[in-house]
Amino acid sequence: MKKINYKLFPDRDGHFAKYGGQYVSETLMYPLSELHKAYMKIAKSASFQKELKGELKNYVGRPTPIYHASRISKELGNCNIYLKREDLNHTGAHKINNAMGQAMLAKAMGKTRIIAETGAGQHGVATATACARYNLKCVVYMGSEDIQRQKINVYRMKLLGAEVVAVNSGSKTLKDALNEALRDWVTNVDDTHYIIGSVAGPHPYPMIVRDFQSIIGHESKQQMKKINKKAHILVACVGGGSNAIGLFHPYLNDNVEIIGVEAGGYGLSTGKHAAPLNKGKPGILHGNRTYIMEDKNGQIESTHSISAGLDYPGVGPEHSWLKDNKRVKYVTVTDKEALEAFYYLTEKEGIIPALETAHALAYAFKIAKSKSKKNILVNLSGRGDKDIDTIASLQGMEV
Amino acid sequence: MNRINQLFLQQKKSKRTVFITYLVCGDPDLKSTLKIMNLMVESGVDLIELGVPFTDPIADGPTIQKGVERALKKNVSLSDVLKVVEAFRESNQKTPLVLMGYMNPIECMGFNKFSIQAKSKGVDGVLLVDSPPEESEEINSALIKNNLCQIFLASPTTEDKRLKKIIKYSTGYLYYVSIKGITGSSIIDFKPIKKSVDHIRKLSKGSIPVTVGFGIKNGITAKNIGKFSDGIIIGSSIVELIEQYMGNKAVMYKKIKSFLMSINKSIGEK
Repeated sequence: MKKINYKLFPDRDGHFAKYGGQYVSETLMYPLSELHKAYMKIAKSASFQKELKGELKNYVGRPTPIYHASRISKELGNCNIYLKREDLNHTGAHKINNAMGQAMLAKAMGKTRIIAETGAGQHGVATATACARYNLKCVVYMGSEDIQRQKINVYRMKLLGAEVVAVNSGSKTLKDALNEALRDWVTNVDDTHYIIGSVAGPHPYPMIVRDFQSIIGHESKQQMKKINKKAHILVACVGGGSNAIGLFHPYLNDNVEIIGVEAGGYGLSTGKHAAPLNKGKPGILHGNRTYIMEDKNGQIESTHSISAGLDYPGVGPEHSWLKDNKRVKYVTVTDKEALEAFYYLTEKEGIIPALETAHALAYAFKIAKSKSKKNILVNLSGRGDKDIDTIASLQGMEV
Repeated sequence: MNRINQLFLQQKKSKRTVFITYLVCGDPDLKSTLKIMNLMVESGVDLIELGVPFTDPIADGPTIQKGVERALKKNVSLSDVLKVVEAFRESNQKTPLVLMGYMNPIECMGFNKFSIQAKSKGVDGVLLVDSPPEESEEINSALIKNNLCQIFLASPTTEDKRLKKIIKYSTGYLYYVSIKGITGSSIIDFKPIKKSVDHIRKLSKGSIPVTVGFGIKNGITAKNIGKFSDGIIIGSSIVELIEQYMGNKAVMYKKIKSFLMSINKSIGEK
């Protein structure tokens, strides 16, 4: 088989082989092309990159450390689990990497208003934070269902000066928030930039978000080298897939096993999950062709996951491509397994992970138990403070 | 030549503005849809755009979204839409029908299977809101092979380079989106719309009829837009009437009919 150079994608029109592209209404074609041009010209320039690097260092707190979780590694077997601590970023997750980059780009493009969609609220908080930092007006669309289960983040966004708009259409979750943000953007393209939080949406978003998140993988490579360790297996959770692609992308051409973990919800056989790569099929949603969860008539199905951030019926198109060409293996972890991993890491390492991240951890723990002498690098994409309400109510408590 | 081409050819001779209406198939139910379609024809409508419900209608405003949700509650599928077309054709062989919607349900059925079925049931054209020419090669060839028109949108933000591509791929007519925004918004100023329509005519050398939609809610707007375009499209206002009066079907039909007749009268007075 011909060796693929994974770094050369997407192609000029935004395709990862048959995935990706620009399935949007005509009105959005122009702003997307403007964004693409501005991104290539501004964001790729040395001065922008230098400024971004400074912001990520002094404002966000990068580089984030890699931590050798020695206690659990020993308890689980003889593998070594390393955690890339994205939870230690300002605002508590990897989302800020992209929000800062795009907010700076928007500012350079002369935009004065930012819109964003959010599921768990992490991207909303990151965007509201970047907007406060750069003096940009910020409107965040959030499904009313998610507003209920992520109250703390809603309040944080409001404190940061953002307007949070409840979305009551459809399934009232992330996918509907994305629809609403796209509608806002169509209407207000002149002064507004849309900061998509994941590697989803129409081209050039999957590429832009991936590039801004790739700092995770680039740093990891350097840091592992510094401690003289080679990562044998990479593990990250996949909703839209931005933290995963951020870790994976710099490693795609290397000899390393890569695993993405989707939300198995109550179990794949129940139909109540959010695992399009495992159980869906290719289709078109939110401006790109990718694996989606749909019924027999092509209607998008509602999903279930304990973690709002993974509760999405689509996935970034690059992941669909990486699945088909078998570069990345995509597996699932159930709500229950994720919860067990959540408690385990909290109790044994003193790190409270986000419920999204707990999916990646659960699978990494499985590998650690079954394999020998592997170095497993897990993207600890976010901290779990936002999930405390959910966890407490599962234990029958109110915080 | 199919019904759409014939219609515009004929209207060109009579110098009448083509009157196009939109409704969501299955809103509030399939039986009412068929009835409203017939009523549209009786009220002077020349071409009907039949909306195919989709769970994530990103280009539609709240009015049509709610219409779509009503249809989806009844589980209206693409196959049901084709059945309505078939039923409509039993009594009407003349009025062109265009299916308007989003790519995924069509892709799910399969482009070829869909095109063959659509043609055999009596569809004349297809408008996929989220599929610009750049992404339409495959579906376009399936449609053309089956003598179905593919209608594309052009918008105030479309640049000339892309406009040429849109003109090249468009068959039947071109749908100019009058405003930056979603369905259900309002038109404020006619001048930029006229300028754009004139510009499209010039670029296409008159090869394709140019219709205008989004934001036409009353007779005066319809009349003014009709002065410089080949056709006008009304959607949200009809869906709004359905929402408002669906509790009493007889009243709903009456309201829709009188609204459409008033529009028809306005555009007739050129």
